[in-house]
Amino acid sequence: MVPFDFAYYRPSSIAEATALFAALERDGKRPLYYGGGTEIITLSRFGLVSTAAVIDVKHIPECRMLEMSGDSLVLGAALSLTELEEANPFPLLTKAAKEIADRTARNQITLGGNICGQIFYRETVLPLLVAEADVVIAGPYGIRQCRFLDLFHQQLQLGRGEFVVQFKVDRATATLPHFHRKRRKQGEVGYPLVTIAALKKDGTVRAALSGVCPFPFRSAEVEAHVNDRSRPVGERIQAAVDAFPRPILHDIEGSADYRLFVAAQLLEDMLRELGDEETV
Amino acid sequence: MEETTKRELVLHVNGERRSIVARQAETLLFVLRDGLGLTGAKPGCLNGDCGACTVLVDGTPIKSCMMLAIETVGKEITSIEGLDDAPIQHAFVRHFGFQCGYCTPGFIMNAHALIERHPNADEATIQEWLESNICRCTSYQEIEAAVKEVLEAKKAKPTDP
Repeated sequence: MVPFDFAYYRPSSIAEATALFAALERDGKRPLYYGGGTEIITLSRFGLVSTAAVIDVKHIPECRMLEMSGDSLVLGAALSLTELEEANPFPLLTKAAKEIADRTARNQITLGGNICGQIFYRETVLPLLVAEADVVIAGPYGIRQCRFLDLFHQQLQLGRGEFVVQFKVDRATATLPHFHRKRRKQGEVGYPLVTIAALKKDGTVRAALSGVCPFPFRSAEVEAHVNDRSRPVGERIQAAVDAFPRPILHDIEGSADYRLFVAAQLLEDMLRELGDEETV
Repeated sequence: MEETTKRELVLHVNGERRSIVARQAETLLFVLRDGLGLTGAKPGCLNGDCGACTVLVDGTPIKSCMMLAIETVGKEITSIEGLDDAPIQHAFVRHFGFQCGYCTPGFIMNAHALIERHPNADEATIQEWLESNICRCTSYQEIEAAVKEVLEAKKAKPTDP
């Protein structure tokens, strides 16, 4: 139930979408790009989203692409999470996607929507951060491709009128040894206390976390501690946890102290499963 | 620019072509219920959590409280009214897979799609799919038994539709 009216547009090309956005913006409609729509519709009920126009990007062919192109795996932003799971071209992303919401909801939730939404867990961000993916963005000034890491600071830094078209992941990186674990307060469906996604490349562990802070993150300082083989594992993990960005989430799902405790346990599991526990 | 908030939509529902004037911002759930009189899909949480409003869009289970009706133009919608003696409906009756019955249409649509898509579904797949729906009377064991019975029967008679 959406308690206000908006107009719905279904462009079939990138150029049509960005032109529509510009025209609607000029008309004062405050348009929103629309993927699966789950968040726009549910947050509308609570007055947390309002707009007079939505632009559905699911019929733009580039946003639906799922293919290998040269050394890159191309993932369209309008692919649903279950489409990504079933095709499974990037196993770490599959594992992250499978833990989001529930199966039926994931038939609708898109990759781009999960990453660009307001709900801050955004767990599909984690595999893209550790894989050092590129992101392709369309907007009023055309199409640009950037390193996702450079553009993701707590949230993806999009300009007004921009939307995500695709992500590009290096093919070899997509199949590296990896680790994914999500811990909830209870049950099998819901938001995380802590989620960690990690992969190991050239002997170095890259890790990104959600649920610890009110934003997902990957931190060079945290990774430096995790990978410091001159120290015992316990010290590495404690130093890594101490280096987490702040604030630490402290809410009904879990206290800050408990989240840090769970995160430390998961970091230990991560090092063990990636065969990185030994000290030098 | 399109200024009107309502628009005529032609939807394909349960094998019929249905024409309706609806708000562009209206969800599929309320167009089915209030516009087309198909009250099988139930409003529960209206937040995508409970699954009582589940219908199939091109054979895929969708929570109709979270999809705009206008998004389904050109697609085939199947609601509980469109199932005609599907094996899972009989299995629900045999296994008493409901008590108050409010969640039942949503569960049946999801289970029907699971059986069609994954006739060889393992335990993990069954659990993953059924977690999308909530039954406050907690008939979960019976629902799971009903799904497994249909899957087993399908394996035993693979040529059946």
